[in-house]
Amino acid sequence: MASGRTFDLRSQPAFSFVALFTFFMLYLPIAALVMYAFNAGSSMAVWEGVSLRWFYEAAGNERVQEAALRSAVIAMFAALTATVAATMAAIATTRTRPYRGLTFKYAFINQPLMVPEIVTAVALLIVFSRIKVWTGYSGLGYLVAAHSAFCIPFAYLPIRARLENMDLSLETAAADLYATKWQAFSHVTLPLLRPGIIAGFMLAFVISLDDVVITEFVKSGGQDTLPTYMLGQLRRETTPEINAIAVAFLLFSVVLVTAFFFVNRRKV
Amino acid sequence: MPAAPGRNAIEVRSVSKLFGTGEAQVAALDNVSVAIRENEFFTLLGPSGCGKTTLLRLIAGFDYPTEGEILLYGQDIAPLPPFKRPVNTVFQSYALFPHMTVGQNIGFGLEMLGKPKAEVEARVSAMLKLVRMEALKDRRTSQISGGQQQRVALARALAPQPKVLLLDEPLSALDYKLRKEMQIELKRLQNETGITFIFVTHDQEEALTMSDRIAVMSSGRILQVGSPWDIYDRPAERFVADFIGDSNFLPAAVGAIENGIARVKLLSGAEISATVAEGYQPKAEATVAIRPEHTTAVRTGGQLPGSVENVVYLGTDTHIHIKLDSGGNFTVRQQNMRSQSCGFEVGERVGIQIAANAAQVLKD
Amino acid sequence: MTSAAEIVTQVERDDVRARWLLSAPALLIIFFAAIGPLFVMLAYSVMVKGDYGDVRFGELSLDGWFSVLFQRDIFDDTIGLADAHLSIFWRSVKLSLITTLVTLALGFPTAYFIATRPPHTREVWVFLVTIPFWTNLLIRTFAMQEVIRNEGILNTLMIRLGVIDQPIQLMYTDAAILFGMVYVYLPLMVLPLYASMEKLDFRLVEAGYDLYATRLRVLWRIIIPLVRPGIVAGSILVFIPSLGAYVIPRVLGGGKSMMLGNLIELQFGAGRNWPLGAAISITLMAMVMLALLVYVRNAARSGAQHG
Repeated sequence: MASGRTFDLRSQPAFSFVALFTFFMLYLPIAALVMYAFNAGSSMAVWEGVSLRWFYEAAGNERVQEAALRSAVIAMFAALTATVAATMAAIATTRTRPYRGLTFKYAFINQPLMVPEIVTAVALLIVFSRIKVWTGYSGLGYLVAAHSAFCIPFAYLPIRARLENMDLSLETAAADLYATKWQAFSHVTLPLLRPGIIAGFMLAFVISLDDVVITEFVKSGGQDTLPTYMLGQLRRETTPEINAIAVAFLLFSVVLVTAFFFVNRRKV
Repeated sequence: MPAAPGRNAIEVRSVSKLFGTGEAQVAALDNVSVAIRENEFFTLLGPSGCGKTTLLRLIAGFDYPTEGEILLYGQDIAPLPPFKRPVNTVFQSYALFPHMTVGQNIGFGLEMLGKPKAEVEARVSAMLKLVRMEALKDRRTSQISGGQQQRVALARALAPQPKVLLLDEPLSALDYKLRKEMQIELKRLQNETGITFIFVTHDQEEALTMSDRIAVMSSGRILQVGSPWDIYDRPAERFVADFIGDSNFLPAAVGAIENGIARVKLLSGAEISATVAEGYQPKAEATVAIRPEHTTAVRTGGQLPGSVENVVYLGTDTHIHIKLDSGGNFTVRQQNMRSQSCGFEVGERVGIQIAANAAQVLKD
Repeated sequence: MTSAAEIVTQVERDDVRARWLLSAPALLIIFFAAIGPLFVMLAYSVMVKGDYGDVRFGELSLDGWFSVLFQRDIFDDTIGLADAHLSIFWRSVKLSLITTLVTLALGFPTAYFIATRPPHTREVWVFLVTIPFWTNLLIRTFAMQEVIRNEGILNTLMIRLGVIDQPIQLMYTDAAILFGMVYVYLPLMVLPLYASMEKLDFRLVEAGYDLYATRLRVLWRIIIPLVRPGIVAGSILVFIPSLGAYVIPRVLGGGKSMMLGNLIELQFGAGRNWPLGAAISITLMAMVMLALLVYVRNAARSGAQHG
């Protein structure tokens, strides 16, 4: 609008003000977090100038290194498992006339989204602690299994959306042009589905990486991931080292989310 | 001119296709039988939902008939999956693979058939030449115009040299001018390749222009099969006469039939001669269909008296809507001559002159 | 020779079987590591608690369920209400409701603001909401702590401005949890609200003004009813995780101000009462299901209205 006097149909009183305040509120805490990560002093209370000291300390901390590596390993395995399972499930549950069991499958696949994390966490604690006693195995497998389960609905989401938007006649055309079922899948469906699968994998990866609650209850001793390590540290008197870890983590998430945004928007 | 009667490329025998179950079951095709000859341009014409696309999909193998069989050169292909049928389809949406180039799209079928690379390349080039698209081989399908996409879809379906080419309303997405061009193009391609074309459309003009024979469909049944001339000039049923072109329908008493020509008495008392639809069964009250352009309005004489209700000027011709004394309405279409109005006024008394044998006695 | 009809049913049957096989891995993983354990937990809730955590396997007892709401006095064995538990239940529901209302009050104008931006800048604003949404929940909670702790931004700023001279103790109070939950769950309100506002047909707003409605009335009588599905979806998306919150009250409530999630943890940790923990977990799950049910019925109704 060139002139302030024209009547703007879309504006509502004070809405823009509240909105801008909200955006400010969304980023203020993050800004504070980032700022203290660069504090030269070791106290969280006093600002002693800019320094990268805590980033070096965090990077050199063996427990942080281990936890970060463990997080990455678990997220990689869980996201892979979840993406493969979710891709198959998405193909099985889209582009079909309703068949018996279809609604059941939807409910089952989305179940991890419906139950509070703390409930799933203690339920897994109960079952896995007993299995640990029975089998004597207490490796990372439990964490990978638990993460895979709650990552499936997230991986399923973009893959299913992509499948449903896909022109059905493309596969029909492939079949018409002498492609067998498997050829039609590998030459047409899969290439077109690829952005959805990549998006699903990234989503699952981020979700697994971020998990605190379920990991906290399922992990055996000495199996801290980066988030559970941070949670443990928050109980003590903290130094800006934890801010530095958080900032690095944050940066990584932002990069992943940005990439996800672009992958998901891609047409082909 | 109908194609020389050759072998049957496709024979559809008592095919029915039911969708849904129980109460909600609908018959998309109801005991349909039709034979399509080798090398002909055959059109399935009908309004949307008449079953024409369903029939096409059954021939292609995308769906299976509930009952009946479909023969391709005498062999039952009903149990074959689509990728084992030497039949290709041009889809209404074109269904071009968006992740492949124009050339890759055209070569896809041959590649799937396991043809050697050199042969695929050669065929692709030949096809591009056939549809005059040589320059666009390496373009993505999203980078070419609608008309070009249409040509690629055609080339892709023709590349494996199918025995029958199925076209599902392929021109519906094009604008008027392009559609006209493609109609001629399609006819040319059919002549050059000698492949049997089965064309689905709801556009009567398209069907009349391009086809050797037309099957008119309605509510899952085939009502009439014949040449464009047969369909237009000798409609068998009211639906056909009404769906293709305009018709006046009049109740009539049919007298003696001799050599396919009947003496017909109209409600006004006038007697005219009329052709008789194939399969007509004598009955007390029949219906005749008369095309508006086969009649003229005259001030004196004519078989049907009435008064002018409305005169509509349409450029090439004029429609004169007449209220008949014997009840009902009638439309006369007269070609306009230069600087000469048709001269009728609303309310004026007129007679309708019906040309000899211009009326057709309908089956139903 | 098989008949055509037999071919059709055979093809359909094969298709459904292939679809079951394809979905089997996902269903099995979720069964093993999500749904199955819930049933085991249900069984645990009716067993006798072990002395050092866990349960005495196979010994049945309803003590766990009994203790959700009641307690037996250690001295005279009289039965009374478990006040501590009740106050935690009440706090969880209360804080979740307030969180929902506050996020709605902030989120509605925000979503509307985004929806009325020109299309190309709209994506940027949405992206700005999405970033915190995908950032680790623990990090965001920690970030909120940086704002509200005694030496944090809020207190420092207010002391500098002379509004207060002593820092306000916000950490480890209900208010701290509220700050945290509003901050963390705000994107969950904005995104569905925006999704339904984006579809809003502004010709209807024009029609409203044309028929003499004022701005407020257009908002109240036209915009809000039209985006109601978004309001309901956003509210449920905020309410449900708030009710089950664990990390936020643990970090910002610091064990003084507990919510249901922390109460559950306590039973599996220091409380050593797994049956009770299981029973509270199931109660929490039932509350969430109830909220979801309300949502589904609501969605079905508004679907019927518009569809």
